[in-house]
Amino acid sequence: MKTVVKQEMLALNGDEAVAYAAKQPDVDVVAAYPVTPQTIIVEKFSEYVANGEVETEFVCTESEHSAMTACLTASVTGARTFTATSAPGLALMHEMLFVTSGCRAPVVMAVANRALSAPLNIHCDHSDTMAERDSGWIQLYAENAQEAYDLIIQGFKIAESQEVLLPVMVGLDGFTLTHTLENVQVLSDEVVRKFVGSHQIPKVVTHEGKIVPFKLDPDNPMSMGPIALPNYYFEFKRQQEEAMRNALKRISQVNEEFEVISGRRYGNGLLELYQVEDADVAIVCLGSTTGTVRTVVDELREEGVKAGVLKIRAFRPLPVEGIVEALKKVKAVAVMDRSMSFGGGGGAVFHEVRHALYDLTPHPNVVNYIYGLGGRDTSPTQIRQIFEDLQRMIQAKRVGELVRYVGLRG
Amino acid sequence: MSRVPKTRKEMPLTPLSFPTVGSMGKTGTWRTFRPEVDYSKCTRCTLCWIYCPDAAIIRQADDSPKIDYDYCKGCGICANECPVKAITMCREEEE
Repeated sequence: MKTVVKQEMLALNGDEAVAYAAKQPDVDVVAAYPVTPQTIIVEKFSEYVANGEVETEFVCTESEHSAMTACLTASVTGARTFTATSAPGLALMHEMLFVTSGCRAPVVMAVANRALSAPLNIHCDHSDTMAERDSGWIQLYAENAQEAYDLIIQGFKIAESQEVLLPVMVGLDGFTLTHTLENVQVLSDEVVRKFVGSHQIPKVVTHEGKIVPFKLDPDNPMSMGPIALPNYYFEFKRQQEEAMRNALKRISQVNEEFEVISGRRYGNGLLELYQVEDADVAIVCLGSTTGTVRTVVDELREEGVKAGVLKIRAFRPLPVEGIVEALKKVKAVAVMDRSMSFGGGGGAVFHEVRHALYDLTPHPNVVNYIYGLGGRDTSPTQIRQIFEDLQRMIQAKRVGELVRYVGLRG
Repeated sequence: MSRVPKTRKEMPLTPLSFPTVGSMGKTGTWRTFRPEVDYSKCTRCTLCWIYCPDAAIIRQADDSPKIDYDYCKGCGICANECPVKAITMCREEEE
């Protein structure tokens, strides 16, 4: 069954790994604007273009709003399209993110997660992507440079699936991943090209009953997403939700297909469980922090504490059933949020995980830990304290404060 | 519109429109005065074609103008610009 191919080991930081992945599956158009800490992706990719390593049309835009517009329009002509950005850039793209998902354009974008101003900060948190969680984009989060590389490749395959056709956002933690050198195993261009496959375009029926490709094409002229008033708009939005449901399955399938060629597997593609099966206490988190939590889980297990970590890899679509299944026997859960929902009573991940567990009786006690805003480091000691809090919660049979802050001045 | 979808399943992924004459309404119906070309006076200078703000004048193979009455709103710019007065504005007959 296993047909794992030979791979090359390269020393790459997260940004370079992303650029390397984007160069492999014959991307037709890249339209991007550089912004810290994503800059290396754009720099590296423009090098590939300058060196003739790719035949990609590289568009230097004057803003991220334009970058996303160019990506959308390229994508709807049937071109495989990639871009990358970070917090302020993603915020500037906001309007076009909705247009892109609404036009069902399978653009793949890497987002180097960074804090939003003010005050100005270039370091990591998840405020940028969490603010776009309702934009209709699939959101996948990488734990390390290797996973960022793998996710970009998988992203094209997921986005372009006929039953999905949604844009994909791959989040990688700013600096922690983007600027840190790691050993990354890379597949050959040929293997990646074969894995992602050619860009298949669905068919639509014209007003004359002609079956034509769903793309902008001078031979079969059409306008996409022109207008849908109260009479039809609602149905189109409901269709996007259906595509998200389909994406749940597709992400898992692609994760398995990817294992066959690479030997690397990330849980079921949506969630990655580590020592959760028999855990009393568990942390739910996403991104690079998962690595730190794993280390602490290992230490605690040696000490006889039944600790575990649930990594959310796909935040959109959110695998609600998987979360319930994973956490149903856990007694106390800490959900870690690297962004704030001001006035919302906890972070976005907390809201959604807690909501997922509502129907369980009895359900685990779930508390929220806001951490690492503006790139503040979260140490293994702090993670250990969270696990200790959870244990105390079980002993005291009392939840206490619902939303807590890690490493914050009092 | 030739097909009116009844369920979501019958609908495309995103709203689509295909170019047909007057699919967004024939703006020619707004006209009060219609331009008429006297081809015996016309010198094929193409000025009317250049000035038409609605691209409702088609430049034919011999450079003579053909007015697209589906979209011509009757603004009269062509008649005003024509150096040899080959275009006259005639009141539309009331129905």
